[in-house]
Amino acid sequence: MKKTMTFAAALLAASVLSGMASAKTLVYCSEASPANFDPGTTTGGNDFDASSRTVYSRLVEFKHGGTEIEPGLADKWEISDDGLVYTFHLHPGVKFQTTDYFKPTRDLNADDVVFSFDRQFNKQNPWNGDKYLPNLTWDYYTGMDMPKYVAKWEKVDDLTVKLTLTEPNAPMLANLGMDFASIVSKEYADQLQKDGKMADFSTKPIGTGPFQFVDYQLDAVIRYAANPDYFKGKEKIDDLVFAITPDATARIQKVLAGECDVAPYPNPADIATIKANKDVTLMDQAGLNIGYMSYNTTIPPLDKPEVRHALNQAIDREALIKSLFQDAGATPAENLIPPTMWSWNKDVKTDAYNPDEAKKVLEAAGLKEIQLWASDRVRPYNPNFQRAAELIQADWAKVGVKATIVNYEWTKYREEGKKKDRPGAFQIGWTGDNGDPDNFFATLFACSAIGVSNYSSWCDKDFEDLIQKAKKTSDQAERTKLYEQAQVIFAKQAPAFLLAHSQVYAVVRKNVSGFKMDPLGIHRFDGVDKAE
Amino acid sequence: MLRYLLNKIALLIPTLVGITICAFAFVRLLPGDPILAMAGEHGVTPARYEELKQQFGYNLPIWEQYARYVGEVATGDFGVSISSKRPVLEEFKTLFPATLELSFFAMIFAMVIGIPAGIFAAVKRGSWFDQSLMGTALVGYSMPIFWWGLLLIIFFSGYLGWTPVSGRIGLQFFFKPITGFMTIDSLLHGKWDAFRSALSHLVLPAIVLGTIPLAVIARQTRSAMLEVLGEDYVRTARAKGLSAGRVIGVHALRNALIPVVTTIGLQVGTLLAGAILTETIFAWPGIGKWMVDSIFKRDYVVVQSGLLLIALIVMAVNLIVDVLYAVINPRIRAA
Repeated sequence: MKKTMTFAAALLAASVLSGMASAKTLVYCSEASPANFDPGTTTGGNDFDASSRTVYSRLVEFKHGGTEIEPGLADKWEISDDGLVYTFHLHPGVKFQTTDYFKPTRDLNADDVVFSFDRQFNKQNPWNGDKYLPNLTWDYYTGMDMPKYVAKWEKVDDLTVKLTLTEPNAPMLANLGMDFASIVSKEYADQLQKDGKMADFSTKPIGTGPFQFVDYQLDAVIRYAANPDYFKGKEKIDDLVFAITPDATARIQKVLAGECDVAPYPNPADIATIKANKDVTLMDQAGLNIGYMSYNTTIPPLDKPEVRHALNQAIDREALIKSLFQDAGATPAENLIPPTMWSWNKDVKTDAYNPDEAKKVLEAAGLKEIQLWASDRVRPYNPNFQRAAELIQADWAKVGVKATIVNYEWTKYREEGKKKDRPGAFQIGWTGDNGDPDNFFATLFACSAIGVSNYSSWCDKDFEDLIQKAKKTSDQAERTKLYEQAQVIFAKQAPAFLLAHSQVYAVVRKNVSGFKMDPLGIHRFDGVDKAE
Repeated sequence: MLRYLLNKIALLIPTLVGITICAFAFVRLLPGDPILAMAGEHGVTPARYEELKQQFGYNLPIWEQYARYVGEVATGDFGVSISSKRPVLEEFKTLFPATLELSFFAMIFAMVIGIPAGIFAAVKRGSWFDQSLMGTALVGYSMPIFWWGLLLIIFFSGYLGWTPVSGRIGLQFFFKPITGFMTIDSLLHGKWDAFRSALSHLVLPAIVLGTIPLAVIARQTRSAMLEVLGEDYVRTARAKGLSAGRVIGVHALRNALIPVVTTIGLQVGTLLAGAILTETIFAWPGIGKWMVDSIFKRDYVVVQSGLLLIALIVMAVNLIVDVLYAVINPRIRAA
């Protein structure tokens, strides 16, 4: 008897100890509370970190740390020759997460995929409107023009889904890798609807992703556990914790003190301290964004490319970037798209600083006065429009151009700025959505975007032909060539002054491995490990 | 007494109306169109804009929007958060205990140090202690909370490693909330180490939040004590040959405390205002941080209803203080 007891005690002790040794917890100090856990209904990067990138998966995924597309829940797919029909083949045997609030009885199938998109546009779907959550706007689904391009989603068989488009649209594949395109469980939705607890769908998520939801203490802590049934294999860390810490200084102090393992967005002022600390690594990357200044290319003398080039040459860009971004730094922009994006043309260079040359051209063109627009908002691609305006104003004064700064509050600013007859130079920028070059070129400089988001009112036939052709071509190598040419034209025509791609940072403790900076600005914890 | 109470309550009605107007107008006076702000950089098509305007009721005339809003508030409907889609009142109820707990400990800190310091300064009037205490109180009163909080974090948590940087409790502790007060819940679950962790997380934020009330209480106690110490009955007590401790502790302090109690009650407004900054720095999941987050998210519904709920609490506390004051000091009732 005594022996049995000793043995049992030893076994218990061993299991407790092994349990302790194997439970690896990774703590991420996130910057804000998620709005909810349904990525179809939210828009913030922090919302997506907490939902789509942890709990859910998509048909296709972005390569970890890049913008290239790789298989997700769909092992492979075919695109018809006319670019209108996409057929996705689902990975067999994918399990939805089993939690204390939901036990799936079947594997992922085409019904789940169709439901995931149908709920975002079909007004007849009970999950589309107020029955589910009040004031739903499905911002990303509409923002990415999905209603315009998607004709229908169809189930072919359990493991095959067909998407038909209204017109060819190559960026569609990248859209399907975005957070709003996360695949949810129809079985779970049906169960909640039956139980009259539809709102739970946004607070107790069920997906097929690497981690499953455990608990959320409002505004404080989110807890996840590794999904044991994850179709790409169970993660190395057992528990993932998001400690919500909005203040940047506190966040960094927490990493330095070992209270968390990874933290995003340090203050520029803390960069030096972080670099000096031997326990942590500062990771950085050019963000998927661009700060620029649009000239209205329809109003003389700004309609002449040489005048626009001269204005660009008059700006001491290096000093401007240094003054705006300080210690955080930024990558000077040579092209509209950042160097982390595929099709970035390394041979294209924007105008170099040359005030003497600029002065000659501007004097000849008779440009003496110009409006220079600035707003009050801090943007990732331009932390201080007003300061930038003042510095550019000083540079232009040196070449004999008197700039008058025009100020508006942010929403009014963009309303006024996008008008076709808005004069002068307008500071603006863009943060990319899906890593597709179309999301920059067409969104910002297509002829159809004039009056919407083409602040230069620039419509160049050659450029337009290239980007429209690229939009309709599904072959990426082909598209790359087209966009590379488009960048050459852009540089030659100079419809805008290109400022910079701001740098994005994260602080990671040295014992964490596998964490990658992501050009899309998301924070992913699949493939991350931690040494004890 | 009843008449006094009814009088006080009647006076609250115009205040209440004023607050609803302020909260309603404030949100609408903020620069920027709420719908465009929500839409972000993508912008919205004119058709979608109209649709959203209707959905949120912004197409109605302003007085009708106000009437609707008051009607909803009167029936206890504080609206639904634009970003989280949860009822505002539900979020408020979840988060308020955290703010209450922090404010309670901040107040304890302010009183435990402020009252004795004030008494001592009054008794030793003009001494170096009095001078330096009043100087320090002035500094404390003018201290920018944000700077003070970060300074304490960097020194005590970062440099010395004595206290946790932020949060309410160590992440290893995980239990279902019962009351919402971390210190109480940890004890109810019988977890002593969790209780210790909760207390250690309270130290820095309570000090930061309690600094301004501490300065106010110390100064108020000092001046009230000085006044009372000059009174005839204190002189009489001294003349009777009572010990200094008894004269100060019993005869003087009890009378001096009347205005101090009022001051403490009135600090509730200061605490809630301070909580906004303190909670943001210390990642304290209370209503202050909630308000800041909502402003950044342009969640107008939360900002509007949150303002109203906070104002209601301040009003309720002020009413209680008025009543307590009348209980302590019967002369007020007659007036």
